[in-house]
Amino acid sequence: MKAHYDVIVVGGGPAGSTAARFAASRGAAVALLEKDREIGIPVRCAEGVGEHGLASLVEIQPHWIARRITGAVLIAPSGAEVGLSSNQVGYVLHRKQFDYDLARMAARAGVEVYTKAYVQGLLMGKTGVTGVVVEHLGTRQAISATLVIAADGVESRLGRWAGLDTRCTLQDLESCAQVTIANYDGDPAVCRFYFSNESFPGGYGWIFPKGDGMANVGLGIAGVKADKRCAHDHLEAFLARISDKPAILSRVYGSVPCSVTLKTIVTDGLMLTGDAAHQANPLTGGGIVSGMIAARTAGQVAADAIADNDTSAQRLQEYPKTWAAGEGGRMNQFYRLKKFVFTLSDDAFNKIAKGILELSPEKRTMTNIFKAALINKPSLILDAIKLFK
Amino acid sequence: MIEKIRHYQDKCDFCGTCVAVCPHDAIELAEASLQILFNRCTLCAFCIQGCPTRALEMSDESAL
Ligand SMILES: Cc1cc2nc3c(=O)[nH]c(=O)nc-3n(C[C@H](O)[C@H](O)[C@H](O)COP(=O)(O)OP(=O)(O)OC[C@H]3O[C@@H](n4cnc5c(N)ncnc54)[C@H](O)[C@@H]3O)c2cc1C
Ligand code: SF4
Ligand code: SF4
Repeated sequence: MKAHYDVIVVGGGPAGSTAARFAASRGAAVALLEKDREIGIPVRCAEGVGEHGLASLVEIQPHWIARRITGAVLIAPSGAEVGLSSNQVGYVLHRKQFDYDLARMAARAGVEVYTKAYVQGLLMGKTGVTGVVVEHLGTRQAISATLVIAADGVESRLGRWAGLDTRCTLQDLESCAQVTIANYDGDPAVCRFYFSNESFPGGYGWIFPKGDGMANVGLGIAGVKADKRCAHDHLEAFLARISDKPAILSRVYGSVPCSVTLKTIVTDGLMLTGDAAHQANPLTGGGIVSGMIAARTAGQVAADAIADNDTSAQRLQEYPKTWAAGEGGRMNQFYRLKKFVFTLSDDAFNKIAKGILELSPEKRTMTNIFKAALINKPSLILDAIKLFK
Repeated sequence: MIEKIRHYQDKCDFCGTCVAVCPHDAIELAEASLQILFNRCTLCAFCIQGCPTRALEMSDESAL
């Protein structure tokens, strides 16, 4: 490790690798620091992405794809199943390979990648953040940087060290548990989403097939609703419902900050991106694509700011502005929908499902579901139409 | 007797959820270890409620 870099990116997830790659490809000298021993593991993710969003960011590689998904089914509390009509395609990824390749692409663009590099503090100077304190392979050292990008995920602490309030409230936290099973016999081209206040309070359950009988089976519940039963308890019940004898190959826990984006995501010498900035989709909890979209801008703005010799918060505003004008604005709309969806009673869910099932199959779209659900909330219908068009 | 947060290493997945909800930056998490900084902790119990697998628990512990 050198004593100085233009940009230090903390966190080797999709957001960190993307920010690092874009900063380096615009000429910045970049180091990427990841605390774990290996990029890409553990995989705390259901691994689902939309084709459209991902293709706008990287050329999709066949070996990233566990399974191509062409359908989605929503399951109401009553058990009624609504197959969605959509011509959108998605993928369930091999996220380990995916994260690995994103870091490899960053390395190819000139980024120095370090694993087992645990950032324990920030260096602060007259110009704000001036570097990090990192423990790498047992040695603690101070590394200076013109700009630090915090892509340290849901467990982010870098922003706090620089004086920003980055914590997630229990209201907005989705507390998740997931297993990967080897004996799934459902349709491998269809993702399933389960709703019920009883079984998935403030969240939903999912089955994302990975092909060859493999599937990610998991759920998220609102932190605020986890007072009696935690995500793990709910998952045990969910598993019992969907399989007599699930062959569990892996088990993970985690969470997604499902709020609007943090109010302040840049300060002098520091930018936050990805889950660290609360940039995941608050309705679905999907944060791979949205985090990468934000991180791309963060990386570009970082390199440009360094070329301009100005990494003040004011210069870095270009990043939050671009985010808010694009994907970030959409995420705010998703947040409004989420607030509404997770107040619906099981009765209301069942009624909506019943109404939709009375429509012909090609009319069973997300827009029509929200139209039915939002009958008394016309302002939200506009959000839904824009988001699902 | 003072109340403390007890951490069960065996149940913990080191997922960082507790860190995300802690209002006082009182949790130190590495790849496979977790430490609560009791000089900062106010025993608000947000971490206990957020934890997806109940690896944290409020406990009565002697101050010895
Ligand atoms: C159960 C579950 C299911 C999900 N399913 C989906 C899904 O299907 N689709 C989807 O799009 N999203 C999903 N998500 C969300 C998605 O996983 C995240 O939004 C995404 O990983 C965020 O990427 P990131 O790069 O911001 O952070 P992460 O991928 O979390 O990367 C952050 C990295 O920073 C490292 N780090 C943290 N602190 C430090 C430090 N101090 N020093 C050095 N390194 C540090 C961490 O070790 C980690 O590797 C899911 C999340 C969960 C929990
Ligand atoms: S939230 Fe629970 S499982 Fe996750 S790191 Fe904290 S104590 Fe461990
Ligand atoms: S009890 Fe509250 S202050 Fe203490 S570690 Fe947990 S969340 Fe932080």
